[in-house]
Amino acid sequence: MTATMRTQPPPAAARTRGTTARDVWIVFQRQGRLVLRRPALILFGMLQPVLYLALFSPLLEGLGGPTGEGSWRWFVPGLLVMLALFASGFAGFGLLPELASGAHERLLVSPVSRVALLLGRVLADAAMMFTQMLLILALVVAFGLRIPPLGAVVGLALLVVLGVGLSTLSYLVALAVRQTYVFAPIVQGALMPLMLLSGVLLPMDLAPGWLYALSRLNPVSYVVDAERALFAGEWGPAVGVGWAVALGLAVVALAVGGRAVRGSAR
Amino acid sequence: MIHTRELTRTFRVGKRTVEAVRGVDIDVGEGEFVALLGPNGAGKSTTLRMLTTLLEPTSGTASVAGHDVRAEPTEVRRRIGFVGQGHGAGDDQRVRDELHTQGLLYGLDRRTARSRTGELLDLLELDEAADRVVTALSGGQRRRLDIAMGLIHRPGLLFLDEPSTGLDPQSRANLWEHVARLRGEFGTTVVVTTHYLEEADGAAERVLVIDHGRVIADGSADELKSRVSGDLVVFTTEDGAAADLGAKVAEALPSAGTAEVVAEPGRDPRVRIRVEHGDAALPGLLRSLDGAGVAPLSVAVSRPTLDDVFLTLTGRSLREGER
Repeated sequence: MTATMRTQPPPAAARTRGTTARDVWIVFQRQGRLVLRRPALILFGMLQPVLYLALFSPLLEGLGGPTGEGSWRWFVPGLLVMLALFASGFAGFGLLPELASGAHERLLVSPVSRVALLLGRVLADAAMMFTQMLLILALVVAFGLRIPPLGAVVGLALLVVLGVGLSTLSYLVALAVRQTYVFAPIVQGALMPLMLLSGVLLPMDLAPGWLYALSRLNPVSYVVDAERALFAGEWGPAVGVGWAVALGLAVVALAVGGRAVRGSAR
Repeated sequence: MIHTRELTRTFRVGKRTVEAVRGVDIDVGEGEFVALLGPNGAGKSTTLRMLTTLLEPTSGTASVAGHDVRAEPTEVRRRIGFVGQGHGAGDDQRVRDELHTQGLLYGLDRRTARSRTGELLDLLELDEAADRVVTALSGGQRRRLDIAMGLIHRPGLLFLDEPSTGLDPQSRANLWEHVARLRGEFGTTVVVTTHYLEEADGAAERVLVIDHGRVIADGSADELKSRVSGDLVVFTTEDGAAADLGAKVAEALPSAGTAEVVAEPGRDPRVRIRVEHGDAALPGLLRSLDGAGVAPLSVAVSRPTLDDVFLTLTGRSLREGER
């Protein structure tokens, strides 16, 4: 009897679909309020990239060649990827206390769209990350770096897509492990190789063959390549490849994530 | 409001399959106030989680507020309020914001959500805390906020899962006062799980006793208690010989059960016996004891408790798990 009932669409299906966007917006606002009340959080998240900019990038000048001469032009795009990597990678941290306290459960009992519970959070994270990137770009432009405007816009959009994919994965990990002491080492353990093998700090051309091969297996490398091309005003195939990788990651992550939220009651 | 048939839920723990709920049939009508009473691990919460769409039943059916929990979970969710065992509000959120958001999630427009938020802050005496962050609230305030969030959409059916755990007696009394007021005002159907006997006894109109995943008794607290034959009469005597004699005298009373003599070192020997209408039987008992030359030191009559009911049904005490 249940089987036959399932095959028929529930009468409220249309209404439910129509409200998904509204639900995303409500969840987005709920998360956004936390940041708006403590804007210093935005600056804290920028600390790591700004330190790299001030204390690491001068070392690159000693390298000479294209990396050394325009060190910021080469380094800043990768730095933004690093920001995206860490800001989104740890996004799931915000869900852990709600999983433990019962707040997530309370939201699951409400008629809110399951996908919106995930997407609203992910988009709020992306908005915060986007703000941080704008501030960093404003900083480097103020210090004299010239960036092609269109390249910067497409580059930032690409990073938002990457961020959506990565923070969705981070929420998936949070939903799966539920405990901070498990979550933190898993995320840290995943992010470090992703960063080191993406060539954001030093060009992977310097790497021995096996290391270079490993870096080509890292999806983040392709986004780094695309960002460097966009910030140099080069619209080569690297841009398309970077977008394809980031979009693919985001779509797969969201599809899996939507299912995970649906079954996340315990 | 609630109809379940053969509702079952099993969990896999390692290689073992644990049957948490085994074929439960529950029918709750509109406006009823029902308590699910049972020891920890009896299956109360698992049942509640299936009824609130948090858990899929392994088998069986459940219709809640007119909709099947599996086929139309969203329709069920729209119509029910839920106060879980944990805290529903986000730690860093402000009280007013969380209530307002909760209203929007249930489809209220902004104006309605705002006015309901104001009403509930008032009703649950959270006015002063409205602009505070949730972590700054006292335990009682947090619990009241949980309840307010469960009520924002004026559900016809409210589920409360162990709502008074961790509350001091004062807050606990307040909680039930709020629930009673709510029922008076809106005729809300209330289903509550509890392992506090007094709550099931005092507040609820109907008690479902659950043990090992099954409903083993269903009725009003008074009906259930009447299944325990008689009130408990306890009297103490000076020595064991007097107690033994007193026990024989007591057993001769009409409608008396078997007397039990309890002798504990350092305490006066006690005679326990179940007698119907213990208060009325007491004068006769005293006269008989006097006639036999037994002078009781103290006499007490107590009505059966729900714990006695549970003991009669299962041979175990509800309180055993707590010690």
